[in-house]
Amino acid sequence: AYKRFSELLPKEERENACSARVPKSQILTLPELRANPFQHRICHVFSTSESGDDSMSFEDFLDMLSVFSDSATSDIKSHYAFRIFDFDDDGTLDRKDLEQLVNCLTGQGEESRLSSAEMEQLIQNILEESDIDKDGTINLSEFQHVVSRSPDFARCGGLQG
Amino acid sequence: RDSQQADTEHLSRWKKWRRTSSKSLKKAFSEVKGLSSYLVLWRHDIHSIEGKFGTGIQSYFSFLRFLVLLNIIIFILMFSFVTLPTIISKYGIFNSTIAYISPKNIEAVCTIYEPSGNKGLVYFYTYLKDLLSGTGFLEVTSLFYGYYTIDAVWISIMRYNLPLAYLLATFACLALSFLWIIKRSVEGFKHNLVHDADPFQSYCNKVFAGWDFCITDPNAARLKHRSLQYELQTDLQEEKLKQKIAERRMEEKLRIYSLRIFINIIVIAILSGCFYSIYRVTVFSQENSNVSIRNDTRTDLVNLLVQYLPSMVITLANFIGPLIFSFLIRFEDYTPAFEIKLTLLRCVFVRLANIGVLLFSLWSQISNCGSDKCKPCGYNYKLYPCWESDVGQEMYKLMIFDFIVILAVALFVDFPRKLLVNHCSWKLVQWFGHKEFEISDNVLEIIYGQTICWIGTFFSPLLPAIATIKYFIIFYVKKIVLIHTRKPAARPIRASSSNFFFLVVLLIGLLLAFIPLAVSIARIPSSKACGPFRNFNTSWEVIPDTILQFPTGLQQVLFGMASEAFAVPFFVI
Repeated sequence: AYKRFSELLPKEERENACSARVPKSQILTLPELRANPFQHRICHVFSTSESGDDSMSFEDFLDMLSVFSDSATSDIKSHYAFRIFDFDDDGTLDRKDLEQLVNCLTGQGEESRLSSAEMEQLIQNILEESDIDKDGTINLSEFQHVVSRSPDFARCGGLQG
Repeated sequence: RDSQQADTEHLSRWKKWRRTSSKSLKKAFSEVKGLSSYLVLWRHDIHSIEGKFGTGIQSYFSFLRFLVLLNIIIFILMFSFVTLPTIISKYGIFNSTIAYISPKNIEAVCTIYEPSGNKGLVYFYTYLKDLLSGTGFLEVTSLFYGYYTIDAVWISIMRYNLPLAYLLATFACLALSFLWIIKRSVEGFKHNLVHDADPFQSYCNKVFAGWDFCITDPNAARLKHRSLQYELQTDLQEEKLKQKIAERRMEEKLRIYSLRIFINIIVIAILSGCFYSIYRVTVFSQENSNVSIRNDTRTDLVNLLVQYLPSMVITLANFIGPLIFSFLIRFEDYTPAFEIKLTLLRCVFVRLANIGVLLFSLWSQISNCGSDKCKPCGYNYKLYPCWESDVGQEMYKLMIFDFIVILAVALFVDFPRKLLVNHCSWKLVQWFGHKEFEISDNVLEIIYGQTICWIGTFFSPLLPAIATIKYFIIFYVKKIVLIHTRKPAARPIRASSSNFFFLVVLLIGLLLAFIPLAVSIARIPSSKACGPFRNFNTSWEVIPDTILQFPTGLQQVLFGMASEAFAVPFFVI
């Protein structure tokens, strides 16, 4: 893992890799993140930089790999997944978050988006299935509850180290 | 890691050693696992197909790989227990001899069998004709049942009971296939159960867990986006349709149900038409293909065509049937998912029932005791002195013709189509368009081939080897066709449920293959002129015979096992 991190740094900073920060543009060249529609959210969630430029240090990088590895528990995975899906960082998944989530899934470009009627129907269904307290948003515990019963989550939420 | 290091300082030396050794063992295991994945057949090819075309098409190719492996194992089984002892004894290696027990209580006329293995000077094309139809020189080789006219083999001082081995090897092949298929389908079944049990969870599952984080190729990512979009849209449409169906009025319901009954009657009529024509054609072909006396090219070609007539009719029925079904189902107004399932079910039924009808018509010919033709031997000995070889030849012809058709379709339909669409800008041609890779059709094709292989294994022990070679070549042919001519399907299918579906249909094929075998082993008298079962009334009699030679205690145990009180709970478990 250290090797991969140091490969992302420009040559001069390699000896000092433990304390250097890698800018976001470099992180996005990782093969696993390249094709991932949530790449920006992942960088944002795992980055601990105070300046808000989403750069990642070595510890952030390790954090990201450990969450995505096979040996992470589903609690940890669902916690981070919730943070990744929460586009406006307000601690709950409301309609706008869900809409952005679905648009990420179906792809960029105009013809790959669902029509607004379909989107309405879909969000209505999702909220029916997961919103237990019927407040129109999904909070962390509702999310973890739904995800724990989903058979696909454990399989697909993994990255190769 | 820091806390681990702090811990180890406090442990004794023994525990330290244990911990380091277990760590290095784990590392070694994971490396061995990584290496062994290189040994899997076609791993790289299937991986690249998955990346470019999605998991639906990839499941077809891994299904093909599974069948290749299954056929190799079946072939090794049959070869080592049946063919190898025969060959060893026929060439006298290891001091082995063959024991022929002359049949008692049987009329001499039943034992006349003169296969026309080519003697003297023959034209080259005769070899080709024999290769295609399984007669002539091929009939007397170890490919067919008639070669194994041996009652026992003596290897040094051991007596090897070939008839028993032949029967048991066939059963072992079928049992092995059955167990392997069940084992593979258990995982898919569990997943299906979970998937269907919580239908109200499916939207959340798709949205929150839909993205596969292992995708690294942008092409594959695009495919995944498209498949997610399509899945979500289909689900939403189905929900709307279900609501519409629930709101139907009484008179509409009546109209639709009567329409459905009418269409089902049409389907049954078409099926009976198919079956009847296969029956007539098989009878015609059997009656007219035994008369090749003159070495005239034209007659021989016509003869070859007549021999292949049943295969051609079956292939035609397999091709037209699905077209008609997919046309008719539009009028029945089901939900799209149910439409697909019902059409598939009907196609499966057509394909497998066609083989059944072929075998049934063969048997009606063999046991045709109309005018005392089979008094002495129990079967029509004049036309079929060695009827098992004949059935084996029919299965062989079916398999070869199936293979030829697949190659011909790939060569003469797919490639010209691609050339036409790419270079010709007529509107009609463009509307025809690129063909999509229809997974279900292709899967039914190979399941049909595998059913023929299973039925034919008893009558032609080397047929699994031919099937292995056939599927091996088909893999590369389909892969090339896929890469060069298909565009990715607009309707991506879920891999896990389709895997399970393929295995279920394969299982149906296996059970359907078992029924004709059981009938021919247990009911129809075995030929007295050839084969290992000359001295028995039916092929099944070998087993009771052998059991009667065991000590009495063992006999009682075996009879107890075979009695119903024990067998039924055993099978249930």
